[in-house]
Amino acid sequence: MNSNLYALLGLGVAVSFVMALKGLSAPKTARRGNLIGAFGATVATIIVFFDPTSVEHHNTLLILAAILFGLLVGVPAARKIQMTQMPQLVALFNGVGGGAAALVAIVEYLNLGDSASIGEVIATVFTVLVGSVSFSGSIITFLKLQELMTTRPVVFPGGRFIIAGTLAGSLATSGWVIASGGTTPLLVLAGLSLLFGVLFVLPVGGADVPIVISLLNAFTGLTVAASGYVLQSTLLIVAGTLVGASGTILTRKMAEAMGRSLFGTLFGAFTAKPQAATQAGEARPVKSGSPEDVAILLNYASRVVIVPGFGLAVAQAQHTVRELADLLAAKGVEVAYGIHPVAGRMPGHMNVLLAEANVPYEQLVEMEEINPTFPQTDVVLIVGANDVVNPAAKTTPGCPIYGMPILDVAGAGNVIFLKRSMRPGFAGIENDLLYDAKTTLLFGDAKDSLTKVVSALKGL
Amino acid sequence: MTTMAILTIFVLSVFVGFEVVSKVSTTLHTPLMSGANAIHGIILVGAILVADKSTSTLETTLAIAAVVLATINMVGGFVVTDRMLEMFKGKGGKK
Repeated sequence: MNSNLYALLGLGVAVSFVMALKGLSAPKTARRGNLIGAFGATVATIIVFFDPTSVEHHNTLLILAAILFGLLVGVPAARKIQMTQMPQLVALFNGVGGGAAALVAIVEYLNLGDSASIGEVIATVFTVLVGSVSFSGSIITFLKLQELMTTRPVVFPGGRFIIAGTLAGSLATSGWVIASGGTTPLLVLAGLSLLFGVLFVLPVGGADVPIVISLLNAFTGLTVAASGYVLQSTLLIVAGTLVGASGTILTRKMAEAMGRSLFGTLFGAFTAKPQAATQAGEARPVKSGSPEDVAILLNYASRVVIVPGFGLAVAQAQHTVRELADLLAAKGVEVAYGIHPVAGRMPGHMNVLLAEANVPYEQLVEMEEINPTFPQTDVVLIVGANDVVNPAAKTTPGCPIYGMPILDVAGAGNVIFLKRSMRPGFAGIENDLLYDAKTTLLFGDAKDSLTKVVSALKGL
Repeated sequence: MTTMAILTIFVLSVFVGFEVVSKVSTTLHTPLMSGANAIHGIILVGAILVADKSTSTLETTLAIAAVVLATINMVGGFVVTDRMLEMFKGKGGKK
């Protein structure tokens, strides 16, 4: 292919990525934006086989087979995944991207051998270091979200020294690679960075995991940009930098939405003392009710706010909750949904789920707007949420969610919790609101409970 | 490419990246993150370039692994983002 044409097509792809990100930031254009990005990426993947600077073609068939294999793994995974498992899948995709970037840098380094310039070596070191951290860190976030391991912060004695030591070791090895070259130091660097990624994410508490995914996403973007420098590919530099920059902004916005500094999120677990074992065994009385009790409370309310959480997602109860809301609205009850920015496992998770059930946009009210209205609210119905309404975020300094803004549901007349059990939420903290006098608990799967409430309500 | 040209491209891209997402609503945080995640799957292009010139078994193996991982990242990323956004379909986004 003519090299000018090739460069021009590459430019077109870069523009398509800018348009994709721009489109994705407004609801009306989001889907089109994503398709534009996908189209650009497809074009880029096709034209790279005609790259005029790449004269040797040793493995074309093998590469096509590898792409096919990737398609066979990636597409079904993305298609079949349940909406509730979306966050961990995104984390996993991010991790493999980081791993790919690290591998590309290693291969190019082996390939360049001694002819690598100092700039190329530095970019390689950066890619291997950050790409490996992104890979192993994302795997840990995946395991946490999939609940294959504890979702609580993992803090071990002397942990911060081990982490600091690993980081120092990685940086020293980076210096070693830059100074002496060679394959061994680079592999040592990859190993240490992988370890650092694991140690870096382990102490992060459950509720903060989304922020970490977003940060690792930005990291992967930067590694792609750095490998673009090594490979002399303008497209990789532009695309990687775009993701790195927009990902950083997005991470900050998410952290702001949760009312915490990025620093606090990442290092909070170091400074927080391991919690004095929550008074386990001390059975405090709770008031549990029947679906009929709940239906009566709702029926005679004039304003109801529904607070959805991860439990709603697990039970796939979004359609049932909408049925309930419609029924109440038909009875003249004012219904709104109070959406906490990080309810669920990802920011915006609840919006996605409720949109699936065709809940009108106008009923979804964000935290800042709904909080002042709780004193005028008769009943708050909490469907599978816990941490986002936990007053400990305000009252208990040192607990993992301290400082996170919450939905002030305690101001409402009655609080109803639909919960599976007394088990604490994702962040693993006891919720005092459960024991409050105005709280009624209805145990069971959110969907079952809602269905029973709906039929009880119909009978009234 | 000269280092200065690369630096120019890099710095301007940073500003574009900051700018395009500056007005995103909370609702779209997740799809935007997922879309950006798919875009860095473009490392597939780099993986193909290095795989095509690899001769030793070690290099080829690593490069082909990179192609597989990058394809999963890119294709899976776009598909999953589309699935999320499908649910917003047909709603005159008032937000």
